[in-house]
Amino acid sequence: MVTDAENVMEIVMPAFGRMLWRHSGEPGMLIPLLQAAQDSYAYVPPLAIEQIAEATGIPASEVFGVITFYKQFRLKPPGKHIIRVCKGTACHVLGADMIAQTVEEELGIVRDETSGDGLFTFLEVACLGCCSLAPVVMIDEQAYGCLTPRKLRGVLRRFRRKADQAA
Amino acid sequence: MREVVVGLGSCGIAAGGLAVQQRFKELLESGKERVTLKETGCIGLCYREVLVEVFEDGRRRTLYGEMTPERVDRIVFEHLLQGKVVGEWAVDREEVLARQKRIVLRNCGEIDPSRIEEYRARGGYQALEKAVTGMTPEQVIETIADSGLRGRGGAGFPTGTKWRLARASEDEHKYVICNADEGDPGAFMDRSVLEGDPHSVVEGMAIAGYAIGAGEGYIYIRAEYPLAIRRLRGAVVGAGEKGFLGRNLFGSGFDFSIRLKEGAGAFVCGEETALIASIEGKRGMPRVRPPFPTEAGLWGHPTCINNVETLANVAWIISHRAEAFRSYGTENSKGTKVFALAGKVRRGGLVEVPMGTSINEIIYGIGGGTVSGGPFKAVQMGGPSGGCIPASLGDTPIDYEQITATGAIMGSGGMVVMDESTCMVDVARFFLSFTQNESCGKCTFCRIGTKRMLEILERICTGRGKPEDLATLAELGEQIKASSLCGLGQTATNPVLTTLRYFHDEYEVHIHEGKCPAKVCLALVDFGIDPERCNGCGLCSKACDAGAIRGEINEVHRIDRSKCVRCGKCITVCNRDAVWKG
Repeated sequence: MVTDAENVMEIVMPAFGRMLWRHSGEPGMLIPLLQAAQDSYAYVPPLAIEQIAEATGIPASEVFGVITFYKQFRLKPPGKHIIRVCKGTACHVLGADMIAQTVEEELGIVRDETSGDGLFTFLEVACLGCCSLAPVVMIDEQAYGCLTPRKLRGVLRRFRRKADQAA
Repeated sequence: MREVVVGLGSCGIAAGGLAVQQRFKELLESGKERVTLKETGCIGLCYREVLVEVFEDGRRRTLYGEMTPERVDRIVFEHLLQGKVVGEWAVDREEVLARQKRIVLRNCGEIDPSRIEEYRARGGYQALEKAVTGMTPEQVIETIADSGLRGRGGAGFPTGTKWRLARASEDEHKYVICNADEGDPGAFMDRSVLEGDPHSVVEGMAIAGYAIGAGEGYIYIRAEYPLAIRRLRGAVVGAGEKGFLGRNLFGSGFDFSIRLKEGAGAFVCGEETALIASIEGKRGMPRVRPPFPTEAGLWGHPTCINNVETLANVAWIISHRAEAFRSYGTENSKGTKVFALAGKVRRGGLVEVPMGTSINEIIYGIGGGTVSGGPFKAVQMGGPSGGCIPASLGDTPIDYEQITATGAIMGSGGMVVMDESTCMVDVARFFLSFTQNESCGKCTFCRIGTKRMLEILERICTGRGKPEDLATLAELGEQIKASSLCGLGQTATNPVLTTLRYFHDEYEVHIHEGKCPAKVCLALVDFGIDPERCNGCGLCSKACDAGAIRGEINEVHRIDRSKCVRCGKCITVCNRDAVWKG
């Protein structure tokens, strides 16, 4: 039976709000709630930490401890596009360091930073699992394989041009 | 009915598989070829992605590699309309598959993973039916024990023994957990199985649940595998609708349900007690064992944790009997093992071989040797917990004990091939920086010891190594092994210890001669500009913070070695690949 209140929630609240609303004290829901918050806001905002702490009865300090333990969670909003440079073994032996350096050079930021225009956030990840395409970079959901510094530079510039045209 | 099947595993998609599928859709919808368009998971020949397979009446099959949307047109017009195979893009499957035995990968690349009927058509869920309607839980456990199946997550614990222990623990609630937190860099076997044949894992879990007396299962899967999560979710829902999950399976009175838990990015969560803590919503930190999870696991209840590949074997063993499985392999390692073959190998991809196959056979026979054509130098097995096996031990068979004897471990199945252009000191540094970063911080030796070792390795790679460093590395390595609680710390130094053992010379050259023989460690190599390629654009001189590059615009530039700080920036900015290091 869906109540009117829940119907309203479906329409106006993001997934995180609905999950929080329905939270019934079931154990083990902390990480799924944090994931829902990040899905809804692209990061875990301070307000969400408070709300989760209240709903689950877990102290905010402990929630914070869980957030910082796992790599997936961000405490700052990311840029429009997320660049993940694969640092897996296959990518490493085929030149991933050079690829990461190219991103640094081209965007003027180091890993875990967001470019000044808010267009890119640069992350390094352990392995994207497309080892036969090494070295690989994933921008949002799309992987770019068999890269050289030059090819990657071309890809990044295409993104920038597209953003400039849109602006 | 003729079929076109597009390989849409993660790497197929990464290589552009969706655009290829789209082009087929456009051409086949408008035409009158009467061809069904389908998709499948990883076909295994990742080095030729995007892969497309054409089935003609009578199931004659042709596999095409390196497909692009442009090439699709020729396949449609020549092959489908005129019946002529386009020879230049055809891939010889047998070259790669003939030496393999596919048990775990029996359906990968053969079925559409999103259609439960296709899994059923190949005997799917018959093993579950056979187990719950015709066997006692004890008989199931005996069959698995008798088959000799051992944990494929890396440690090789006998699966039958684990199930027996979980069965013997008395409790109203028990759990089966599928460990799909495949975190080793360079390993993608589990992902490919989950993407290509999710039902085999679901069925394996249900059989495990019946055997140990558990009604509930969890799949703990990396959030970094969105496609695998989608396909698994579909499989769990699909199996529920058909009555293969849920209440009273096959009228036997046995209930079993499965829930998915997404990991949040922590390598240590592949360790079983850390994984349990993570499902419970806590920081994923390992705890002391005993009690083992089979006595007190999730929420304090008996829990049986098996890896994806282990579970994917289960249904096959029940259907084909233990003897069939046992007929493959060596004395102590039975069945097959899946490897993700990558690195500097010609035919990288997903391979499954009988235990006992030699490393040389995998690299040269299946993988086609190295990219450069020369011999391989070392092969890295077992990821950050494993080690580098030198070419001189290439005859070592795939067997838990024999691989362990080399100092590496069987591991989950990553196999990264390295050749002369790979620096072994750099590889050791790479793995240690990974584990150092992923250490949860609980044990002092793992937390601080790995950091100290990493500092030493970084010093060696930048030409500041000291003669006593090697002894310090070996000593610290052994201490960390002895003083860490979980597998992460106990194995973290394997990559360093194995390279010290087999490639001692390379360390010595770095320290005493200040050179990197493989020319990888940037601080120890020279840079130069190829005058044939340089067009004098000036990008490199602008990028050089040291002011070491000079030249007039439109004329060949030069690097002043006395000023060069060897940062490598010039290589990354050059549009003509004119900067060399050597």
